[in-house]
Amino acid sequence: MIFLQSVVTLFIIVILFKLFRQRQSGKLSLGAFIFWFILWLLVAVVFWQPETTSYMANRLGIGRGADLAVYLSILAIFYLLFRIFVRLNKIDAEITKVVRKDAIKNVEKK
Amino acid sequence: MKIFVVIPAWNEAKRIRQVLQSLISLPYEVVVVDDASTDETAEIVREFPVYLLRHRLNRDQGAALQTGNDFALSHGADVIVHFDADGQFLVEEIKDLAQPVIDGVCDVVFGSRFLEKKSKMPWFKKNIMFPIARLVNRILLGIKLTDPQSGFRVLSRQVAEAIIIEQDGKAHCSEIAAKVFEHKFKVKEVPMTVIYHEFGQGLSGGIKIVKDLIFSKLLK
Repeated sequence: MIFLQSVVTLFIIVILFKLFRQRQSGKLSLGAFIFWFILWLLVAVVFWQPETTSYMANRLGIGRGADLAVYLSILAIFYLLFRIFVRLNKIDAEITKVVRKDAIKNVEKK
Repeated sequence: MKIFVVIPAWNEAKRIRQVLQSLISLPYEVVVVDDASTDETAEIVREFPVYLLRHRLNRDQGAALQTGNDFALSHGADVIVHFDADGQFLVEEIKDLAQPVIDGVCDVVFGSRFLEKKSKMPWFKKNIMFPIARLVNRILLGIKLTDPQSGFRVLSRQVAEAIIIEQDGKAHCSEIAAKVFEHKFKVKEVPMTVIYHEFGQGLSGGIKIVKDLIFSKLLK
């Protein structure tokens, strides 16, 4: 278990380092930085202290900590998918506007 | 009275010449929106005295129609006709559909393949796909039309200004009809003929339209 925990911790340290770099170069907003920072710290806590999930699960009325982690993951994935979908739709609409403007500007007639 | 005929075209080199040949003798301004065709569509259109607008990227039929609408409105259109490039509609029926809008009897005319038995429609479309389409349109969008998926329609200037087509894909038919009913414009359905060269949109096309409509409702 220590081996897995060490690998995951190393992985998390790399991600946190990348997060800092992205924040420093202004590619990440403060809100997004805090969200991802806390999320990855929580992942580290869960890997080193798995019983914390059981404690939280019991408090929320869910049997096992692992179940809580799965439920939360599914919720998070759905939320992210939705966000991506909305963003894609917006980009699509913006592309159409640009293409339209260009087409009207360059009208041809014999 | 300036009447603009807007024709979205994507890879229609085989049929668009015939459509334009029969259109140019009529008193309409013709606007072809070439939706990034990869065939000779644009070259053929250039042979005719019509406006040619070219999408650099393929944005699909709904987007092309809105491009045509924007252009027609900026050039003083009083009436806008949506027409297909594939020769499935009859040019001589444009006047039948446009007349009620020109006369001010109504604001929008939708062509319908179901009011008279003019069109030889494939059995699957007539008996399975269209009844389902009618039901979905009625339940989801409150559209009460005999042919909500018809692409042949006539809009007054007021309607074209009020309605912005946001569905780039094939769901624009339902979107336009839904917005027309939302704005409480005066609607008339006029019988039209469709000549089927091929099967057109299959079942998967229909499913995509429903998916687009549901997502557009969710994102509203």
